[in-house]
Amino acid sequence: MEQNYPIKRIIDDKGQLIDASFEKLIDEKLVKELYYNMIRIRTFDRKAINLQRQGRLGTYAPFEGQEAAQVGSALALNADDWVFPTYRDHGATLTFGKNMARTFLYWNGRVEGCVPPKDRHIFPPAVPIATQLPHAAGAAWAEKLRGTKNASIAYFGDGATSEGDFHEGLNFASVFKVPVVFFNQNNGYAISVPIEKQMNSATIAQKAVAYGMPGVRIDGNDCFAVYFETKKAFDYARNGDGPTLIEAVTWRTGAHTTADDPSKYRPAKQGENIVDPVTRMELFMKNYGYWDDQWIQEVKEKTTSEIELAVEEMENFPPPNVEDIFDHIFAEMPTQLAEQKEAYLAHLERQ
Amino acid sequence: MMTQLKESDQKNGTTQQMTMIQAINDGMRLMLEEDNRTIILGEDIGKNGGVFRATEGLQEKFGAERVVDTPLSEAGIIGASIGLAINGFKPVAEIQFLGFIYPAYEQIMTHVSRIRMRSMSNFTVPMVIRAPYGAGIRAPEIHSDSTEILFTHMPGIKVVCPSNPYDAKGLLIAAMEDPDPVLVLETMKHYRSKREEVPVEKYTVEIGKGKIVREGADVTLIAWGAMISIAEKAAELAEKKGMSCEIIDLRTLYPIDRDIIAQSVQKTTRAVIIHEAHNTGGLGNDIVSIINDTAFLYLRAPIERVTGFDVHVPFFTLEEHYLPTPARVLEGIEKVVHF
Repeated sequence: MEQNYPIKRIIDDKGQLIDASFEKLIDEKLVKELYYNMIRIRTFDRKAINLQRQGRLGTYAPFEGQEAAQVGSALALNADDWVFPTYRDHGATLTFGKNMARTFLYWNGRVEGCVPPKDRHIFPPAVPIATQLPHAAGAAWAEKLRGTKNASIAYFGDGATSEGDFHEGLNFASVFKVPVVFFNQNNGYAISVPIEKQMNSATIAQKAVAYGMPGVRIDGNDCFAVYFETKKAFDYARNGDGPTLIEAVTWRTGAHTTADDPSKYRPAKQGENIVDPVTRMELFMKNYGYWDDQWIQEVKEKTTSEIELAVEEMENFPPPNVEDIFDHIFAEMPTQLAEQKEAYLAHLERQ
Repeated sequence: MMTQLKESDQKNGTTQQMTMIQAINDGMRLMLEEDNRTIILGEDIGKNGGVFRATEGLQEKFGAERVVDTPLSEAGIIGASIGLAINGFKPVAEIQFLGFIYPAYEQIMTHVSRIRMRSMSNFTVPMVIRAPYGAGIRAPEIHSDSTEILFTHMPGIKVVCPSNPYDAKGLLIAAMEDPDPVLVLETMKHYRSKREEVPVEKYTVEIGKGKIVREGADVTLIAWGAMISIAEKAAELAEKKGMSCEIIDLRTLYPIDRDIIAQSVQKTTRAVIIHEAHNTGGLGNDIVSIINDTAFLYLRAPIERVTGFDVHVPFFTLEEHYLPTPARVLEGIEKVVHF
């Protein structure tokens, strides 16, 4: 089965183009955009881990190692598309246009962190596993009914493929032929459970056969493969041809969350031979004349200062308002809830 | 948007004899006509018109894009409805029987009821979930659950439960116009049990308001759905024994109309709560709390609850033993009156 779903790559581990036909499709703008965003989210991710260790952020789910998968896919979207992320896809949502301070706020226990910018359809991250797949199908269905060219993308991990909602989401999307891209990041582990204990299939991409939709297996650490294959799946969706399942094979370099210790379940040397997606892009840039020391320095400075500002914004954000816990349950507050709120606020007054 | 008419005014308009199932069908038809964002989806609801015929003729009239036969996929139906609702549509999802809603429970608990909160009202799901519920129609096992408490306990979703054709149409339309998700529980036992005059035009019954369906002086019976018939029969039996019962049809299970309970119990000084759901953790306990909060010092007897037992709804040859009967309710009434 693996032979039927070969891992598609555009550049190899040494940053050499495997498929020369892409040379003319890759230009400086694209290279810079991909690289800039990967550096940006990697710096964010490392900063978040540090902040958590300093007690300035809550439990945090890092995505290091998955930058190419997240940036490559997010850059393939149009501004009016819909994004249904998980809790490990803030690299993708940041790239798509989510506010950075809000992203920090989410990890600092602030509901404000779920609020997207007005001009971006970014759903709050799914915390249960695979429940966002039917949502993505429904939002795409609405676009189809309205006759637009907008589509949705559902991000999910390898563990999600074992859930019922994975099946229900893909089945719904294919039965109604709606414009969705199911973007799987197979990072090898669902917390501690490796892929071979997760499923008896050789690949995730092959599961697409069951739904009569295209299934594509790509090297998730090759940002060009991710970008071009996601674009292709979106073109297919926008053309009215229905959903696609993409399996981006990648690797979670770090822990499941800052509360997790992968040395308990992952062999020490596992993953050592996997070339980091950012390193690979750097090799490519050096090989093909895109490397520019001055620009690289600017990228580092620019992203670092953006992140510092976002941290500052997070830390200076107005304190949480207790009334918010009551005010967003219904459009109009039921009497009993209004009384609970009033009684509690009165109690606080007395303290 | 329609103006809220008084119920008496509506009765003066053009009416038609309808069963509850016809009234529900009529409500959906009107909303499909009025609002092109309305989309009805569920299992067997299109070509077949629903296993109870609630959607009969709707696909024929409005097309397969608006009245949609879905895969057999409860989580898919509710999950996709969320996607439709956050993206501008107003889905009405039918779950064929309440006993089959559990695969979708995660979607309802984690997303339907929570999206407004999680997004600070930036994403909302104005959707309706319709589900037939309840025992007493000799249905196969697992078709007869009455697990409303699983949903009234959930913040962020309203739960209504009409007992008659008039309320069924009015509450359904109110639910479809509500900016928040509403679960409409439809008692199968009353789907065709009686016909009554129902206004032909659009009207709403306000969510959150109960109704006194029988006035009385000695004891308040509080019930909803199919238990209204049981309460009415028990009230007749009590009447013969000289005890006068007031009956509240709660109609909305969340948010409960506390005022109607408080006022009635303050007047009658006694209460019997009747529900077909299991006893422990049943909604009756919440109603006891409401009475405790609002009418405790008026009470002349401890509150009685006549409910289903803490057992699964039995296979149908024994289901009548599970359900509250007029005789059991009468015993409850006698207990509080003669306390």
